[in-house]
Amino acid sequence: MPSISLTLNGRSVSGEVETKTLLVDYIRENQKLTGTHVGCDTSQCGSCVVHVDGKSVKSCTMLAVQVDGSEVTTIEGLATGEELHPMQEAFRQNHGLQCGFCTPGMVMSAVDLVAGNPDISETEIREGLEGNICRCTGYHNIVKSVQAGAKAMGG
Amino acid sequence: MPDTQLREVRQPKAHDSAIKQITGEARYIDDQREPAGLLHCYPGKASIASGKVVAMDLSAVAAAPGVVSLIKVADIPGKNDCSPIFGDDPIISEGQITFHGQVIFAVLAETRDQARWAAQLAKVEYEEEKAFISVEQANSNDSTVLPDYQMGRGDVVVDLAKASNRLQGHLEIGGQDHFYLEGHVSMVEPGEDGDMLVHCSTQHPTEAQHQVADCLGVPHHAVEVRIRRMGGGFGGKESQSGQWACLAAIGAKMTGHPVKIRLDRDDDMILTGKRHEFEASYDVGFDNQGRIEAIDLTLLGRCGHSADLSGAICDRAMMHSDNAYFLPSVAIHSRRLRTHTVSNTAFRGFGGPQGVLSIERVMDHIASSLGIDALEVRKVNLYGDEGRNTTPYEMEVFDNIAPELIEQLEASSNYQNRRAEVVEFNRKNKYLKKGLSLTPVKFGISFTATHMNQAGALVHVYGDGSIGLNHGGTEMGQGLYVKVAQVVADSFGIDLERVKITSTTTAKVPNTSPTAASSGADLNGMAAKIAADEIRGRLAEFAAGLFQASKDDVRFENNEVVVGTERLDFTDLVKKAIFARVSLSSTGYYKTPEIQWDVATGTGKPFFYFAYGAAVSEVTIDCFTGEYKVDRVDILHDVGHSLNPAIDKGQIEGGFIQGMGWLTTEELKWDDKGRLRTHAPSTYKIPTATDTPDVFNVDLFKGDGNRAETIYRSKAVGEPPLMLGIAVFSALTNAVVNATGRMPKLNAPATPEAVLLALRDGDYLV
Repeated sequence: MPSISLTLNGRSVSGEVETKTLLVDYIRENQKLTGTHVGCDTSQCGSCVVHVDGKSVKSCTMLAVQVDGSEVTTIEGLATGEELHPMQEAFRQNHGLQCGFCTPGMVMSAVDLVAGNPDISETEIREGLEGNICRCTGYHNIVKSVQAGAKAMGG
Repeated sequence: MPDTQLREVRQPKAHDSAIKQITGEARYIDDQREPAGLLHCYPGKASIASGKVVAMDLSAVAAAPGVVSLIKVADIPGKNDCSPIFGDDPIISEGQITFHGQVIFAVLAETRDQARWAAQLAKVEYEEEKAFISVEQANSNDSTVLPDYQMGRGDVVVDLAKASNRLQGHLEIGGQDHFYLEGHVSMVEPGEDGDMLVHCSTQHPTEAQHQVADCLGVPHHAVEVRIRRMGGGFGGKESQSGQWACLAAIGAKMTGHPVKIRLDRDDDMILTGKRHEFEASYDVGFDNQGRIEAIDLTLLGRCGHSADLSGAICDRAMMHSDNAYFLPSVAIHSRRLRTHTVSNTAFRGFGGPQGVLSIERVMDHIASSLGIDALEVRKVNLYGDEGRNTTPYEMEVFDNIAPELIEQLEASSNYQNRRAEVVEFNRKNKYLKKGLSLTPVKFGISFTATHMNQAGALVHVYGDGSIGLNHGGTEMGQGLYVKVAQVVADSFGIDLERVKITSTTTAKVPNTSPTAASSGADLNGMAAKIAADEIRGRLAEFAAGLFQASKDDVRFENNEVVVGTERLDFTDLVKKAIFARVSLSSTGYYKTPEIQWDVATGTGKPFFYFAYGAAVSEVTIDCFTGEYKVDRVDILHDVGHSLNPAIDKGQIEGGFIQGMGWLTTEELKWDDKGRLRTHAPSTYKIPTATDTPDVFNVDLFKGDGNRAETIYRSKAVGEPPLMLGIAVFSALTNAVVNATGRMPKLNAPATPEAVLLALRDGDYLV
């Protein structure tokens, strides 16, 4: 089994991993970080989105060995201590969730989508979130949340 | 309690788990720490739709890496059934295959991958038999799961014959996959005495408890089913989550190990039931204003291979095929067809949407035939005063606010000016055509099975003044938990944050009904209030004694207890009460009053009240490709006096989009072998963030509250808004009529392909 080293939520981790292990399984099962969810098993619903070197990635689309040497951030690594990330705060204030299962992936996608673009348009947000499925909200409050989050994150 | 004393109820409080959900701390069943020795279960599936298993060789399965044991039908210690009512859903097939994908065995392995892999290694020989897949095949062969049923009044044959105008039509209505983001999952931990702790993603813990106990052959008390939250349910986890809990429990009993089962998404879609496909046929007579004089309506429901909840679902379709309209002479026939497909089940609206869509198609058809705006036809048909206010099942529509609500929406959406603009747009454009529609919803609230309208709650007040709240309702994202907690907080005059919402479990509140029929807050909110008010009464009596006052003079407000000029912190009162030996725990029990139903005559008052709403939808279709855009949607919806307006608006927005998806992009395709060909989001298209209307205005109707005595005069909101999506289907129909000048053969879902075919059928741009 190959050995990998990465920075996970700001913490150095390393260890052996099977070559066929998906990144999402490595995160959930090896690292016990279960905020990243598996919704569709086939890289479509976006519940499993994490950041690899700052970019959003569907973690069921990637192998764990591919993140060797990378910085990986999951939903658990987004807040700073007790202080929520501005995008998390925006989802809370704008009721951008119902069952919450898609929420971690939605938040991670949104953070990457709006980075450096505080005035992102509604159209850009909607197109940017096409890879994240929500079955509860009808997206209305999610889009509102992302707009507010973008503003709060600033440039 | 008067509205002026409410501090938490009516406030737009966030979902109870909002912070946990945005930080990833909220645990769904698959997120729970796995106990040591956990085994993973996975089902083996039949590869034919109809026939017999002649031989099954599982040696390769058993020999696969990591496999610990197999579960075969003979390994089930008790009853081999996971049906909700009729005893016709085997957990594992006993040799007769009735749909493609049916479970024929299961594997227990050390990892989920190993179990899934091994389950595919079975060598099975079948003797195939004739399969009915389509509605037509089942109907022409009289293949049914339950007897036909009818309701109505008047002599429809005579009244149709003397009607001023008459037309016939037919509408095919597609099904819908729930696509809850969290698929079916259960984890079972065996305990001592043969007890089982079952974590099951279910809307119906009590039923799962019964099914697990019965399949193990143990008393119900030996099984506890617990669920903190689901990642969506929408009805799909009402009757069809038990099978997976049963398989895991059988595996746990066989091995003594904890066992988990989580279906892969494709298998979840193949193995579990969906919204019923329907075919509606009508023969309607009407006057020159479009007012219906008589109607004969037949609703064919495709139930799949077993009865499941199809009886009640088809009943509800019949009871909603009036929607908001008075049908003076009416006959409604229902057939519950058996096909060799997965057993269709509850889905938000529970048959109601198919009934409502059927009569809305009739409205559009009448309008098209008379050449008038369908809104005028809808208005003349609305329920009205004495003589025009009883449903086909003889219930008085005592709370009819549809005319007022429609009038408000017509004005706020600027309907009449926009109708003129649509006409003008269509005059100027040959290749793009617009359609506009306003459709109402009237939805009956209560389980139609009267006995299910009951709920229990359990409330504890602890020594530090914090509250433990439990009730039989389950949380699937709809915000039930926070609503009920708001109610309980106000009973004690304390902050919402002091109420701890605990997981739903059969060990705390027994014999519950499913969280379904939009009834969660109505039933559990009332039960929790009864429990809280019981304790509040004891505390009030105790406080009255402390201050030599009357019990009636004790008030609970702002985290204090006020008796005349005396004030005492709520926590201090609680401490004193415990010291004085006052019991601070109570159950609460509620049953909906007034409702009754007579199956033999098809009459009664099955609903405690009706919820209303209406939507205006404007669409533009491209006549070259059939593609379309939903330009604008305006919604006005009635939630009575809302318990939580933020939660309610979320239900309306989400319900509308889900209803729109059902009727536009979500298409289930079975091939002639009975195989579902759309079993993943790659081929089954639920709406994404770009599929929503360009302009989307949602408002709550400001009325006098619920006329029925519900929890703080609120109204149920889970299901009714789904039917607002019918406005999009109706607008698409209108756009095609505007292009072709005649009523199209447009079935649901109105995919771009279907719209294009409808245009071609109308000879437009051929």
